[in-house]
Amino acid sequence: MLEIKNLHVKLEEEDKQILKGVDLTVEAGKVHAIMGPNGSGKSTLSYVLSGRDGYEVTEGAASLGGEDILDMEAEERAAAGLFLAFQYPVEIPGVGNMTFLRTAVNAQRKARGEEEMSAAEFLKVVREKAKSLKIDADMLKRPVNVGFSGGEKKRNEILQMAMLEPKMCILDETDSGLDVDAMKLVAEGVNALRDAGRGFLVITHYQRLLDHIKPDVVHIMADGRIVKTGGPELALEVENNGYADILAEMA
Amino acid sequence: MRFAPVLTKPSAKRDADTAARLDVLGDIDATGCLAEARKTALARLTEMGLPHPRDEYWRYTKPDTLVQPQAPAAALHDASDEAPLYDGIDRLKVVFVDGVFDPAQSDSLEMAGIELCRLAELSDTDIHWSRDLYGVLEADGQVPVPRPLAALNTAYASDGIAIRATDKAARPVNLIYLHENTASDAMLHHVIKVEAGAELTVLENGPAAARFNACMEVDVAEGGAFHHVRAQGRDRERRTVTHIFTRLADEATFKSFTLTANGVLTRNEAIMDLQGNDCVAHVAGASLGDGGDFHHDDTVFVTHGGLNGESRQVFKKVLRNGATGVFQGKILVKEGAQKTDGYQISQSLLLDDDSQFLAKPELEIYADDVACSHGSTSGAIDEEGLFYLRSRGVPLAEATDLMTLAFLAEAIEEIDNAEIAEDITSRLGAWLERRRG
Ligand SMILES: Nc1ncnc2c1ncn2[C@@H]1O[C@H](COP(=O)(O)OP(=O)(O)O)[C@@H](O)[C@H]1O
Ligand SMILES: [Mg+2]
Repeated sequence: MLEIKNLHVKLEEEDKQILKGVDLTVEAGKVHAIMGPNGSGKSTLSYVLSGRDGYEVTEGAASLGGEDILDMEAEERAAAGLFLAFQYPVEIPGVGNMTFLRTAVNAQRKARGEEEMSAAEFLKVVREKAKSLKIDADMLKRPVNVGFSGGEKKRNEILQMAMLEPKMCILDETDSGLDVDAMKLVAEGVNALRDAGRGFLVITHYQRLLDHIKPDVVHIMADGRIVKTGGPELALEVENNGYADILAEMA
Repeated sequence: MRFAPVLTKPSAKRDADTAARLDVLGDIDATGCLAEARKTALARLTEMGLPHPRDEYWRYTKPDTLVQPQAPAAALHDASDEAPLYDGIDRLKVVFVDGVFDPAQSDSLEMAGIELCRLAELSDTDIHWSRDLYGVLEADGQVPVPRPLAALNTAYASDGIAIRATDKAARPVNLIYLHENTASDAMLHHVIKVEAGAELTVLENGPAAARFNACMEVDVAEGGAFHHVRAQGRDRERRTVTHIFTRLADEATFKSFTLTANGVLTRNEAIMDLQGNDCVAHVAGASLGDGGDFHHDDTVFVTHGGLNGESRQVFKKVLRNGATGVFQGKILVKEGAQKTDGYQISQSLLLDDDSQFLAKPELEIYADDVACSHGSTSGAIDEEGLFYLRSRGVPLAEATDLMTLAFLAEAIEEIDNAEIAEDITSRLGAWLERRRG
């Protein structure tokens, strides 16, 4: 599904190399987790994949379903099926959450040559999905993420993901700042989307989330590289011993 | 405390310009019950002279084309690509074509809750209420800053409408200004009196003329409410100068919103005098300019004289391809106007590096227990928000429009009537859509 090969990325404005050769393949139907110390480049990887400005790919490649995505605009990547749940969801004053969702859903449909969703159908679907994430009518009406609590913002990300039904979902620290109940809701939302045709890349610091979203593969990222890959037991090892042992082992 | 008028500086050019303009206009109308008001307005004007490029109050906007004897020609605009504004709203239509009243296209001037009358139809013998208002608020509004083009209007306006609301008006009155002559030079003057506890909404739309000078005086008595929503036509080459003078008694409400899209020159002045206690005055504007020949100026002067007054100024301008936006806004809180709540925000969204926004916000406060705030910003579109939208699949052009509408939203929210607000929003959306690359 998602194939990343020897990806090197530096900042556009500064001479600072952040990703130093990332290799990673997420197969359809699988959940991969990335763990790693702060500053190792996890968010950068998710931004570069989703097409944010400010980064320069100096080497390597990334493709989605066999299609090279690095030359695509952000919106084209989204239409191709890539979704990033932001570590820090953006507030957009003046744009209603519902308008935002509907514009996004229909823009993607249009880009794929599909029929737009009618207002009535959209409303029905969004209400149903919002309900399972405990997102009330008021949150749907309010401007995008404005005045939302940390937990509300993260649930709103999952709602967008549920509405857009992407092929490849990247979740950047979606669990941070969530209490146990909110995390369960988010995890249920993600699990409801798991199916044979969809890949997940879950970036997290904590085993906690991985108790609810069971990963198939766990990667450890440090200093811009994947330094270790293993099964779910690798996350437990991090939980118990921290990163020090793994990093020392690599040195 | 006294407020002395800021006298315009004498200048030979000013005198010559004024004389040339008056020469073309000829004699004032000395018939009808407004003759006296016209005469004193002309005297006021002759004393002040017309605006001069070096006047402080015209520092950011060149008055030349508003002052010159003949109106510069303005090509007609074919607006058939859009449904007429306020189409779905039940209203009383009063139509002016190039400043001339058109009875055929107008509704009959009758409605429950209000009295309507054309100024041009008032005769010598009429003892009409409008005589006590016509030119009166305009004259008051000449201090401390002179507004010669308003005095010119009082002296020479060819027509206008007098509306007196004695109750809750059954429907809004819609003044529609059509432009059919490329060289038209129109001057209209409206006087509006909202009696105690009465309510009235006035809608205005259309380009009006190649050059349009409009003046509106609005007197709101105790507990009365006046709502005003205006859309200045899409004609690219039109020139417009407008003045709205309002005087508010205890617990009176005045709310005005203006949408401006296109036009080479627009100067909208609002002069609001909160004389009573507990009154509310809001003035807002959304303007859209595309191109180096777009110049839009909002000039506001709010005077708080009573207790507990609330005033709000919310102005948003979207500028692209070298367009210019101007905002001059002043809040004056007189001695004793305690508990005044004055708010002023003016913001521009610059869609490129060539466009510019010039703002001069001012506060002058002589009372000690007031809350006044003002802010002015100028900036590009929020990149974070733009990326967020794009990452959800919204194409760049559409995302930019969505962010632009979001920027304007705070001004649109000043319109109380949801249906009208929606109408205005769809206009803005259509304007943006026509420019999508
Ligand atoms: N736009 C930027 N400007 C400056 N430094 C940046 C920028 N983006 C990322 N970095 C730096 O790159 C490194 C990786 O950051 P990030 O990808 O956010 O790591 P993680 O998500 O793993 O905590 C950090 O040292 C961070 O400071
Ligand atoms: Mg991060």
